[in-house]
Amino acid sequence: MESVEVQQITLTDAWQALSEISDPEIPVLSLVDLKIIRDVRVEGATATVELTPTFLGCPALDYMKNEIREKLLALGFQTVNVELKLSPAWSTDLLGEEAREKLRVFGIAPPEKRAATLAESLKKPVVCPYCRSSETRLESSFGPTLCKQIYYCEHCRQSFERFKTL
Amino acid sequence: MALEVPAGIPKEALQRLLVALADDELILGHRDSEWTGHAPILEEDIAFSNIAQDEIGHALVWYTINEQLGGKSPDWMGFERDWKQFTCCHFTAFPKGDFGYTVLRQYLFDVAEQVRLKNLASSSFTPMKEAAEKILLEEGYHLMHSQSLVERLGNATEESHKRMQAAAEIAFPQALGMFEVLTGEEDLVNAGAFSGNTVLKTEWVEIVAPVLASASLRIPVEKENGEITLNAKPDEGGRKGWQKEHLKRLVHDMQTVYKMSPGGSW
Ligand SMILES: [Zn+2]
Repeated sequence: MESVEVQQITLTDAWQALSEISDPEIPVLSLVDLKIIRDVRVEGATATVELTPTFLGCPALDYMKNEIREKLLALGFQTVNVELKLSPAWSTDLLGEEAREKLRVFGIAPPEKRAATLAESLKKPVVCPYCRSSETRLESSFGPTLCKQIYYCEHCRQSFERFKTL
Repeated sequence: MALEVPAGIPKEALQRLLVALADDELILGHRDSEWTGHAPILEEDIAFSNIAQDEIGHALVWYTINEQLGGKSPDWMGFERDWKQFTCCHFTAFPKGDFGYTVLRQYLFDVAEQVRLKNLASSSFTPMKEAAEKILLEEGYHLMHSQSLVERLGNATEESHKRMQAAAEIAFPQALGMFEVLTGEEDLVNAGAFSGNTVLKTEWVEIVAPVLASASLRIPVEKENGEITLNAKPDEGGRKGWQKEHLKRLVHDMQTVYKMSPGGSW
């Protein structure tokens, strides 16, 4: 009788697979770039992923949970648990410089670092992701998705989106 | 995932608080969503649609904790519960009315949220504390928006001032109903779950009164030697489930699609 080869799937494989899932609203960033995958644990054929939401009302959350599940099942896990963790709360301060540059290239101004108060954080001039001018103004505090605001650049005369500081 | 309630916190009262928080968010979120496609300017259409989506997301968080304590599922709470079992305050359920009323209601609610959430962020019940910390970060955007609208509209033109003042007269007594004392609240306060609605109400008045004054809006509040007197009768009863007809219609609208195929998904 042939023995069944049980393939060991490593933690590295799991993280690698998760880094291939893009955020549905900002496809240039993966769930790993966004720092919303808090932790991955592997025990035999079971993977457990800790996911933290960006904005609580984000309609993409269920979609992301499914993507994670499918991706890891496809990798060979028998069971995939996705646990939602609210604490410590996700913040845009977690985004690294590489992720911020990806946002700029995509035409979204990256979030400002958090200051003592929200009003304080939003005081600094926003740099246009297209022409890098600071001659910009807030056009709408809310945008097409929960995580973005709309700005207008006086220099290159274009509207652009800005990732909200959270 | 089931949650344990730490010794000393009365579970029933805790669930009552969670559901009250959730119901306020869900019902106001639903009212705000009624502006989608109908707001006076596009910017406000987007703003109120976003705010609605945020509030409903926050409701889900509170309902989920309630479920983990043995309560019904969030879907059941939103889509299968009888309207008479909702415990939102009347204030969140009134029809959207004039845009001035919507703006003022949102502002008064946003400040109440700040006050409540900051208080809950030091709750002795950890899941509530963690949820409050998270929600607070998002709420900052709502308050910034509604406060600047109140200040602008209160002082802009004679017409805008008139409509905002009319809204203030209706909204203020209603808003006091947000702080209706819950059954069993005293035990929650003693257990450190939160500081109680009476304390929150005072904090709220201290914040809204000067802002409304700067927007040239009059409200029936007097302050003498640090003592606040409210000359308005709070519109209460919602926390006890004594709901009014407009909530019945709202809940009916909200539940229609779900009830066509209960438990269905798409
Ligand atoms: Zn530009």
